[in-house]
Amino acid sequence: MALTGVLRPGHVALRVLEMGPALKHYKDVLGLIETARDDKGRVFLKAWDEHDHHSVVLREADEAGMDYMGWKVASVATLKKLATDIEQSGLCTDLGWVPAGEHPTTGERFRFTIPTGHVMELFAEKGIVGNNCGTDGENINPNPWPDGLKGISPSRFDHCLLYGDDLDGTVKLFTEVLGFGVAEQVMAGEDKSFMIGAFLTCSNKAHDVAFIRQPVKGKFHHASFELGSWEKVLHAGDVLSRNHTSIDIGPTRHGITRGETIYFFDPSGNRNEVFSGGYIYYPDRPTITWWDVELGPAIFYHDRKLNEAFLSVFT
Amino acid sequence: MHFVVTIENTGETFRCGEEDNVLQAMEQLQRRGIPVGCRNGGCGVCKVQVSEGSYTKRKMSRAVISADEEASGCVLACKIYPQSDLRVEVVGKMARAIVAKKSMSFDFGFATATAINQPDEEK
Ligand code: FES
Ligand SMILES: [Fe+2]
Repeated sequence: MALTGVLRPGHVALRVLEMGPALKHYKDVLGLIETARDDKGRVFLKAWDEHDHHSVVLREADEAGMDYMGWKVASVATLKKLATDIEQSGLCTDLGWVPAGEHPTTGERFRFTIPTGHVMELFAEKGIVGNNCGTDGENINPNPWPDGLKGISPSRFDHCLLYGDDLDGTVKLFTEVLGFGVAEQVMAGEDKSFMIGAFLTCSNKAHDVAFIRQPVKGKFHHASFELGSWEKVLHAGDVLSRNHTSIDIGPTRHGITRGETIYFFDPSGNRNEVFSGGYIYYPDRPTITWWDVELGPAIFYHDRKLNEAFLSVFT
Repeated sequence: MHFVVTIENTGETFRCGEEDNVLQAMEQLQRRGIPVGCRNGGCGVCKVQVSEGSYTKRKMSRAVISADEEASGCVLACKIYPQSDLRVEVVGKMARAIVAKKSMSFDFGFATATAINQPDEEK
């Protein structure tokens, strides 16, 4: 197996102010599929082409934002090894194990807080529910997509963009301990040596998580979901307008990662993105560098400037 | 039933129905003055101090409005619905010039984020 260690983003746990409107948004407008609720009132959802039990966890709370992001690793042995590596790196705080079953069908998770203040988890096991495409049994003679999809219906939870202060510490952790590559970076300062943005990948994707340096701890900019084409991004815009969803910007294109995108807000003010495109990343691909003076086109390639909300609106 | 909302900082006034939140009414009438963010009570950029008038409200994120602020009329324009004419003062410290500059200094972004995304007592 060429892809080892951390495989991909496994879940994102979001706080919502009111569960009713949140579910209408995430199920009927975004088009995720509910797979479970637990006795704490949390709701577990997945995108249609994900085989694992859930990728989005919603919890009603007094404030919006992200509780944590979880990463699936290749095996239980990998989980143990990475937990030890993280501990020995000294880069993280609040390390601990969340027992198996705390998320439905999910094995034990190693939880830690990274230098930018975000809570992250690694896990190796989660129940497989499939993508409902098989015609003669699960994964046998499948159709390309299942019946009964709703709303925008992205294929998967793809990445998060997060805001925090100690970007250097977080990048060190992801690259030196967790084995991520830096696909793209944004550099500031006279000699362009001060990193203000990092787009990190553990896979063939242009990014699996991104961080932007801001003087805050543990803040959430957006959770993103994948669509197959630019036309589906336009269709997403139609679905959002039809449902009077608060749209931030787009459809447009990012310079960074080249993704075609639309940003919008859930009913608690948490930003979502659906996007398509990008490129294939291999570990030998040179890192792309953007200078801060070109941050406008780096983020929104057509407008060539940030919108007012990009730096100031987060949860 | 419609009421008049006055933004004290600019003197701007606009009508707002009792079923509409103040931010939405401002946007629909193409008026300006209160910064627009998520429109959904999570980000805090539309923070205003209500100095006169009564309103009903919906749940606002405690990360951006503390219980004390909420009790003293420091609220999110996107989560209040007028019950009378209202006078509000924009107190979110978002600088509207931020996007006008092509080559914006990143420090500016830092300051903006710090100023607006926390309840006042944490600043
Ligand atoms: S616009 Fe985000 S809280 Fe009102
Ligand atoms: Fe994104």
